[in-house]
Amino acid sequence: MKISKKDVINTAELARLEFSDEQVEKFTSQLGNILEYIEDLNELDTKKIKPTSYGLEISTPLREDEVNQTITVEEALQNAPQSEDGFFVVPKVIED
Amino acid sequence: MEFEPVIGLEVHAQLLTESKIFSSASTKFGSKPNSQVTPVCLGMPGVLPVFNKKALEFAVKAGLATNCEISEESRFARKNYFYPDLPKGYQISQYDMPLCQFGKLDIKCEGYEKTIRITRIHLEEDAGKLIHEDSETESYVDLNRAGVPLIEIVSEPDISTSEEAVEYVKKLRNILKYIGVCDGNMEEGSLRCDANISVRPKGEKKLGTKAEIKNINSFRFIQKAIDYEIKRQITSIQNGEKVAQETRLFDSEKGVTFSMRSKEEAHDYRYFPDPDLLPVLVSKEYINNLKVSLPELPDQKLQRFTEKLLLSKNDAGILTSSKPLSDYFEKCLKYLDNPKVVSNWIINELLSVLDDEDKIGEFQVKPKDMAKLLELTENGKINGKIAKEIFPEMISSGKSADTIVEEKNLSQITDQSEIETTIKDIIEANPKEAQRYSEGEEKLLGFFVGQIMKETKGKANPKIVNEILKRLLGSN
Repeated sequence: MKISKKDVINTAELARLEFSDEQVEKFTSQLGNILEYIEDLNELDTKKIKPTSYGLEISTPLREDEVNQTITVEEALQNAPQSEDGFFVVPKVIED
Repeated sequence: MEFEPVIGLEVHAQLLTESKIFSSASTKFGSKPNSQVTPVCLGMPGVLPVFNKKALEFAVKAGLATNCEISEESRFARKNYFYPDLPKGYQISQYDMPLCQFGKLDIKCEGYEKTIRITRIHLEEDAGKLIHEDSETESYVDLNRAGVPLIEIVSEPDISTSEEAVEYVKKLRNILKYIGVCDGNMEEGSLRCDANISVRPKGEKKLGTKAEIKNINSFRFIQKAIDYEIKRQITSIQNGEKVAQETRLFDSEKGVTFSMRSKEEAHDYRYFPDPDLLPVLVSKEYINNLKVSLPELPDQKLQRFTEKLLLSKNDAGILTSSKPLSDYFEKCLKYLDNPKVVSNWIINELLSVLDDEDKIGEFQVKPKDMAKLLELTENGKINGKIAKEIFPEMISSGKSADTIVEEKNLSQITDQSEIETTIKDIIEANPKEAQRYSEGEEKLLGFFVGQIMKETKGKANPKIVNEILKRLLGSN
């Protein structure tokens, strides 16, 4: 399976990444190679195998419903480039 | 041309857990911004979500109470989008393998009943809150709500009117409150509703293009938003325009829906199984145990009230429309075993002084005292008119009915000879009316009863008054 330049640009946009034309060329070829490599798996006959998304046949672990506040507001905000009155502050994001 | 609306609803209900769905931060409403977050809610590198046992239990219960099949294997998926209300860059939700499927609810509308099918119920985390209004250039982010457990209940497009939509959400809300998995508080957003609406010419099989109205947070707004949207779409089509597939919001002040004007590109959520979480496996035994633990649901209670307690369907419907209300009713019955009398009083008298029937548990007059008042009327100690007068005083003073009757000397006069003397006096004082009555003007009986009640300050036993009055007037 080949990947198109359009796919690469679209995927980059969804991830909020910006690439130069040369980079797009390069990633299109690299990603295409990776997908082709993975394609080899299609040779295997998996008709009789149940589709899974995980290798383990166990259920996800559960935790008790208990409150444990492990960090303070200050700690929560300490890596934020900008904060005010306990809020994270980000560039205005409303869509219009 | 006649048009037919087709409506499907997505209801988001916040589960009543103490802690978040994948982290130990508190879910309490109204705390200081970002005071209820952990590294998991913040999407810090290297952290792992761990699923809340109670959230699973509540979601399964919600599925069982809405006649769903519970999947023994379900899984979480990542819904990818880029927005600061979820710092991870994705919402953990369920996609191709939801926890509950194929449910249904029966709703009652004006003059008919209808079944609304439920496509699925899945678990997901809520997003944080953004404040845009305080600044021109910046948005403020509070992540206290990020990671609060939600269930999303998706209906089939079986709904045809705004009335049906409201009845469906009311019923759903009532059930979730009965089983104690959601507080149903629409103002605080613990229950909110998205409506998918389209219209098509009557008889047409193909669906029209739908618009989705997001985050409607009251029953009145559900009704208004849907009615407005149906009209808007019909007008567009009649004017030869196309209905756009888009997301809209309801402006409750203007009573209109408006487009959110999203960007041209359709959302591309790129769902995939969340590698941080293993599948959720539940055993038949686990499901059965929860099934057995469910309390009596509104429909079952309604059936018991009509069949065992012989209440009318209408009255039983009112009493079971709120769990606290039906609890109050049943507590009253413990003290006075007369369902009809208690039901009538609650519906006609009590509900008219109550702002919110869900808060009846905090009502000043407790079931025991309420039942006592009704008992006094039932055994003839006071009459119904006096009972209605005493009731407001019980509310304001907190005194029992007994005490008020005693203090104000309101006991009903049941002494035959005392009543007879009064009646004789009144007939003598009104000879003309007595004459007209005996000549066949029977409605004058009411005049005499009124005079007697005035004289006795409403305390005479009406039944005895009627008997004696008829006898004395007749012999006149």
